[in-house]
Amino acid sequence: MSPHLRRLATKELTINMGPQHPATHGVLRLVLDLDGEKVIKCTPYVGYLHRGTEKLGENRTYPMVLPLTDRLDYVSSMANNIGYCVAVERLLGVSVPERAKFIRTIMAELTRIANHIVWLATHALDIGAMTVFLYSMREREKILELYEMACGARLTVTYPRIGGVRCDINQEFIDACTAFINEFPSHVEEYERLIDQNRIWLVRTKGIGVISAEEAINWGLTGPTLRGSGVPYDVRKCAPYDAYDQIDFDIPLGTNCDVYDRYRCRMEEFRQSVRIIRQCLEKLPGGLVLNPDAPGYDMAAGPRKKPAPPAPPPAAGAAPAEAPAAPAGPQFEDLYVATEVPKGELGFYFVSDGTGKPYRMHVRAPSFVHASVLPRLCEGGLVADVIANIGTIDIVLGECDR
Amino acid sequence: MNPSPYNFTWPFSPPDNIVLVIAIILGKILVMVAAAMLHVAYCTWFERKIIGHMQVRIGPNRVGPFGLLQPIADGIKLFFKEDVIPRPGVGSTKFRIVFKVAPLLVLFATLSSLAVVPVFEAFYIANINIGLLYILALSAVSTYGIIMAGWASDSKYAFLGSLRSSAQLISYEVAMGLSLVGVMMLAGSLNFIDIVKAQQTSWHGMYLIPQFLGYFVFMVSALAETNRAPFDLPEAESELVAGYFVEYSGMRFALFFLGEYIAMIVMSCVAVLCFWGGWGLPPVLYKVVPALNDLPQSVKTFVEAVVFLCKVYSHLFLYYWIRATLPRYRYDQLMRIGWTVLIPLALVNIVITALVKYFF
Repeated sequence: MSPHLRRLATKELTINMGPQHPATHGVLRLVLDLDGEKVIKCTPYVGYLHRGTEKLGENRTYPMVLPLTDRLDYVSSMANNIGYCVAVERLLGVSVPERAKFIRTIMAELTRIANHIVWLATHALDIGAMTVFLYSMREREKILELYEMACGARLTVTYPRIGGVRCDINQEFIDACTAFINEFPSHVEEYERLIDQNRIWLVRTKGIGVISAEEAINWGLTGPTLRGSGVPYDVRKCAPYDAYDQIDFDIPLGTNCDVYDRYRCRMEEFRQSVRIIRQCLEKLPGGLVLNPDAPGYDMAAGPRKKPAPPAPPPAAGAAPAEAPAAPAGPQFEDLYVATEVPKGELGFYFVSDGTGKPYRMHVRAPSFVHASVLPRLCEGGLVADVIANIGTIDIVLGECDR
Repeated sequence: MNPSPYNFTWPFSPPDNIVLVIAIILGKILVMVAAAMLHVAYCTWFERKIIGHMQVRIGPNRVGPFGLLQPIADGIKLFFKEDVIPRPGVGSTKFRIVFKVAPLLVLFATLSSLAVVPVFEAFYIANINIGLLYILALSAVSTYGIIMAGWASDSKYAFLGSLRSSAQLISYEVAMGLSLVGVMMLAGSLNFIDIVKAQQTSWHGMYLIPQFLGYFVFMVSALAETNRAPFDLPEAESELVAGYFVEYSGMRFALFFLGEYIAMIVMSCVAVLCFWGGWGLPPVLYKVVPALNDLPQSVKTFVEAVVFLCKVYSHLFLYYWIRATLPRYRYDQLMRIGWTVLIPLALVNIVITALVKYFF
């Protein structure tokens, strides 16, 4: 070797994947150190979509924070709303009418389908199966039409309210929803026919991004990303909220802990969601959809009464009058409530000082936790596997960066 | 004419009306290139329509009836776009000229392949005896354009794309060459006209049937050779954004695009000529419908051209169909298929063909 050649050093090629990249699902930025096609090091950088949701929440009353939660995971806004409402209801001690519980469950499961459709579409598109993308968008459109029918909005719905839902659903919605869940399983089969047994799909997903059950728990994974590793953890079963305790459904589990098993888990969740919606539609009770005592948008920002006294509505006029009764200094209490959104466990942590505004609001976003596991999944793999791994953890950067 | 001092004689005698001959050749080239360009334009339209309908949508339908003017509009748009040429970084030795030449090289290499493609028996630009070899050689030349583009772009994504592309083209070139050996052995020639005529001796008029193994290998390597799905790794959108031409814009991008589509058309032409019987109808048809033999020559020629084009279009349709159906392979998987599946298959095909030809 000549001295000139000996001076040449080999080093990894560092490439910057994102924040503008067609396959990083928004504005995720990965810095990859490549040895040829092999990923030596992968460092995710988040925060390009930070909008300060948690801080904004501190300056708003509880009902006013609700629209902010739409913007967390904009693919499944309804589920975020429900998660937020469930948490605030438990904090304020507001009860929810039975009918509203069932309507919320229907909406949550429709959202799960809508979210998994987007996940399937983008995951398949990243791996190169373009047609699946357009097939699945067709069904998502139908779900968005159902949203529109129920509340008038399609993407950022703000349909659930603290203490129920904004408006009742009518027979037209029930018919359309029934029609949808009757035809949807055949569409799931259609997607599966395209990719489920496709040799290319199998070699691209089997044995890729393997993470054992123990490791998955340690990394804090939740949702289908965790269940693909065979851990039967689902907030809907472990700590039921809304109508889930009255519904019969299964939790699909994976065994091989790889991209393909997580794909199978989500495909099965399509069917379970249909099952849940069907039961909810059958059992749908009558009655109110919104607790009349629930705080409205005119909820006072001042000190809020504990729910125990006989006059709980913290109406605008009433609150200041009762304020002197509160002991000197704020009374702090905190509460963490989690719900199962399509991407995993979405938790809201509140520190309340007894006023109508949260003293501190923290969102436990599954996307944020899942993005942190990317280096573990990607390192040692190839560039193409990075794409498969981003798809399999199902992240939305709006939720990750908040 | 003075006798040559070195006793040199022309290998062929120049015709008396050399000007006319050259004019005719230039005319043919013009027709071929114009037809190729028009085909590329409408290949994109065809592709978008086909894939659109496969994907439960409509495809282009805004510009002109059925979106027929869409390719023209796209062409005009690309023509008037700014031609961005990246400035090499400080200390970089990369030449802008390489960046500028690369797309031209790709386009020229693929366009030149058209010279030996006979559309029907009497229409070709050059009837050379090694037509098949010439096309294989030129498809290797276009690899240089891709490598040059990736290197001169001074972009890591383009660089990775061009590396993938060169590795892929080199591996699949081998498989493609070997897959055509069976055809060469059966026809005993590398000349396309001879190959088509040789196919007319069987009742079905296609090498597709005896050479199905060769055709399979050829088809897969043609997909890889033209960087089409499921082997579109060099331009894998979800990984490398656009691969080797990520830094190109405007007309230079369009040249790459033209090159890629012409390569697709050329590969389809080769497949049709070598495996699908070229412009010939299956000879059994002439037996079944004797009236076909009585057609005047001009009509026959017309039918031949139509048959050839229809076959090429069906082959292109196959490309689009595959693109709409299959996901993308990973780089290492692609290489493994090339070396451990396709090349052995092609070799097996050669051995079987040789044995069959020797004993029967």
